[in-house]
This record gives sequence, structure tokens and C-alpha cells, in this order.
Amino acid sequence: MKLNILYFAWVRERVGHSQETVETDAATVADLVVELLQRDEGCAAAFADMSAICVAVDQELGELTTHLKDSYEVAFFPPMTGG
Amino acid sequence: MVARVQEAAFDFSAEVNTFQAKVKSAGALVTFTGIVRDDSGSLDHMFIEHYPAMTEAALQKIETQAIAKFGLEDALVIHRYGMLTPGETIMMVATAARHRKDAFAGADYLMDYLKSRAPFWKKEISKDHTEWVQSKATDEAALAAWSREPEA
Repeated sequence: MKLNILYFAWVRERVGHSQETVETDAATVADLVVELLQRDEGCAAAFADMSAICVAVDQELGELTTHLKDSYEVAFFPPMTGG
Repeated sequence: MVARVQEAAFDFSAEVNTFQAKVKSAGALVTFTGIVRDDSGSLDHMFIEHYPAMTEAALQKIETQAIAKFGLEDALVIHRYGMLTPGETIMMVATAARHRKDAFAGADYLMDYLKSRAPFWKKEISKDHTEWVQSKATDEAALAAWSREPEA
């Protein structure tokens, strides 16, 4: 399936870009992270500590175990600092 | 209920007047304003990034929860993004309720959730140093405290 992936804040800076489309068979967010980790050094640096990263699937907050079936967008970012 | 995300500055007084004019049955109106703070004395800018496709929906969800939990008459959230300077207004919330306790608690609840459940990220930019603002353990503790509280 085609997935739109977005990165924000320091995750974006480490990965090196803010958006990309990937072709993947990942069943869960965790599977997708494993694929991204193996790709290049930027992703490896961004995803080195998954406890420091949040995820949203189709614009709803999710978790590593969230399923990606029929999803169209996954976003990775640090804990939010609004207000 | 209004949730607005914008780059431009807003007129706090005009927003409060418009909000107040709509809530005829409220006896209490509470507002909070967040301002760019310069702790080090050397902050040039605060850059605020957000997730455009998600931000307004996230704000509306938090407002809906606050309105239901405290029986608010209405709520307003305006949050800016982009490059701001110290002293500039980042955001505001307003809550209206029949009585002050619910209006205060509603505003407090909105702020606790906006801090760690609305997709904004702040970066402090000084001449010789830039740093993403980190979330604090106390932010999550504040949310946990709300969910422990018995329903009113």
C-alpha cells in the first residue's frame, strides 16, 4: 500500500525531510518503523529511541501497535509542546 | 465553539468581546493568554511548528471534552504558529460557564490538554543556540490527574 509519511520538529530535522510517500506492507506502526530504521542514517538517528517519539495514524494519535490496514497517513513527532 | 489556528496575531480584546456576546446564559468568563517568555534574556525568536491537517480537529476534540466535563456554555481556543518574538501572544483560551468554578476548571483543563495533546512544537532560537522545547513529566502527570478525578 502507499502511505504518506510526515515528520515534525526534531524528527523532521533528523530524517532530513518533512514528507514522503512510501510503498509498504507494514501491518503496524512498529513494522513501518523497522523498515524506516534500516533505510538510512537520518532515520536511524530519528528513531533510535522510540520512547521519545509519538505517532499519529490518519491524524489521530496512535501507538506502535496501531494497525495500518487501509491507512493513508502516518506522522512521527516528538511529544507535543502546545500552549 | 471556536478552534482557530493561525499565523497572524489576533486582537485579544475583540476576541473576548465577540465570545462574551455569544454566551447569554453565562455568569462567568475565564481567559488565559500564553506569551513567548524569554528566560535566558537572549531569546530572539520562538518558532512554532504544527501539523496542519490535524491541529484544528485536535483542538476541537479537546474543547468538546472540556465543554462536556464542566458543563461549559462555550469555549474558545486560538493558537498561533510560525516565527514569534518574546512578549508576543502565542495563544488564548476562553471558557464561559454559569459559575466561576467550572469556567476556571474548564480553562485549566483546556490548557493541560493543549500542552501535550495538540500537535504543536516550539523551538527557541537565540543567536548562538537553537533548541526544541521539551515536554515535561509534569505535563503528563497533569493529564493523569484529570482522568483520576471523579466525574462531576
